[in-house]
Amino acid sequence: MAQQPHMKTKTKSAQELRSEVASLLPQRVAGYKVFTLGELLLQRDEYFVHITWPVKDGHHSHTISADGFLRALMRDVAWGFFYGIVNFDHVFGTRNLYGKVEFFCGRYNDAYHENGLSYVEVFESPVAMKRIKEILADWVNEGFDPFAAPVETGSAFGEKNGSNEKAIDRYRVPTRRMPGIPGDSPLRSDATGHPVNRAFADVGQDDPRIEAEPGFEGELHAFSLFKYLSRSDVTWNPSVTSVCKASLFCPTTEEYILPIIHGNDRVEWFVQLSDEINWEIRDRETGRPRARVVMKPGDVAAMPADIRHQGFARKRSMLLVWENATPDLPKRYERGELKPWPVDF
Amino acid sequence: MPEFHTAFGSLEKFEKGHVEIIDDDVKHYVFSNVFEIASKAPPYEKTAVAKNLEYVIEAIRAEGTSGWMAASHDEFVVVMDGEVAVELVKLDLPEAVAPPGKDGTVAVKGEPGGKRMGRITLRRGHQALLPAGAAYRYVAARPSVMIQQTIAGELTRERWGEICLKPQ
Repeated sequence: MAQQPHMKTKTKSAQELRSEVASLLPQRVAGYKVFTLGELLLQRDEYFVHITWPVKDGHHSHTISADGFLRALMRDVAWGFFYGIVNFDHVFGTRNLYGKVEFFCGRYNDAYHENGLSYVEVFESPVAMKRIKEILADWVNEGFDPFAAPVETGSAFGEKNGSNEKAIDRYRVPTRRMPGIPGDSPLRSDATGHPVNRAFADVGQDDPRIEAEPGFEGELHAFSLFKYLSRSDVTWNPSVTSVCKASLFCPTTEEYILPIIHGNDRVEWFVQLSDEINWEIRDRETGRPRARVVMKPGDVAAMPADIRHQGFARKRSMLLVWENATPDLPKRYERGELKPWPVDF
Repeated sequence: MPEFHTAFGSLEKFEKGHVEIIDDDVKHYVFSNVFEIASKAPPYEKTAVAKNLEYVIEAIRAEGTSGWMAASHDEFVVVMDGEVAVELVKLDLPEAVAPPGKDGTVAVKGEPGGKRMGRITLRRGHQALLPAGAAYRYVAARPSVMIQQTIAGELTRERWGEICLKPQ
């Protein structure tokens, strides 16, 4: 039977103990600041990030490669904790409660959770966001871009070496209707600092031909989605390109490995626009493998509401992620009103 | 610098991926391919390939001239292969054609009443807004493939059992 995760209990003695422990901790390791977030202790060194959390009879800890941790943390910052669960790996991650956010250790790992070693702490989202931005600002070295494909950026490793504020100050581009419409999000071009990515050098850069009748100039709207995507300077970072009520097309370009394992709180859909992505599908709650999905151009697949998924792309590819932003969806799935898969046949 | 080849699909050349099941039902992934669907579909049939509650993505084979259509809300189309022109008319009485609250694409009877707005020619990878309040029709000189973002409506065809991977 699953154990209840160890939850933070705010008592005076616990706070005193925390202060006492904090005073004994080093301020920096390998030049990097040591951070706390509630009861969580986060340290990085030359290669790794170490996370420590309280359990019933003491503490447990977990180690993640620094580059992977920073790539995942970057997505949490840029996406505002995204939809559902952002697993950094099989132990650590965040769950968006929309207004609040849960940080967890082992909660969605069968072994930790079943043995009473999981930990969950809930924060007001702005409080947690402030702290993880501080972590990112201190732990990202000069020359390392956590949004870039590995072959397009410098190393995350080594002792602290400067910072890269420009790289970590990028967010999902908000679009109200469609990019390029006056007053809406901009298109990408050389002039906006978005040259064609090396992996999309062969993608056509032609635009739609718009022939408006007199009086309707500026009322017909079209753009080249593939040109727009070929000029993305980031990987695994969806941006909205069309809005039909709560239906959002969120295409993105993917290369190497999705830096998070995304745990769904609703059904998502993928349409493979170019090249190939392989997806590892695991159970959202336990992490047990469920399927592997191989997607090629033109393929469409649902990602059910009760899974977690991670993608692998050998060559930079274009993926259309389709989201439903209906506000109460997670609760409806939790209450069992909706099946975790989208259609029966 | 290595040379990359970006692979797109087309009606003439597509390769469908697959699902390797470990502990699940393949039907939960509702896996299909828009080129495969369009290769077998009659022109302008709107086959749902993705559905999220009332919202859908439809795969459409464009060939020849479609009938006039409209919706009470914005829709979007992306050309995946070929070339498709979209002709638009600003409706004089949009609510009479697609009443507010009626979701999805509706067929316009006869010629739409209103002024011609113009024409947008889309090729592979191009996306157009099909705005609320306008009627539109498609024209394609040769078979082409589109996906349309809309809401399930009277023209949407759901035939999941025919288009999706099933247990072997």
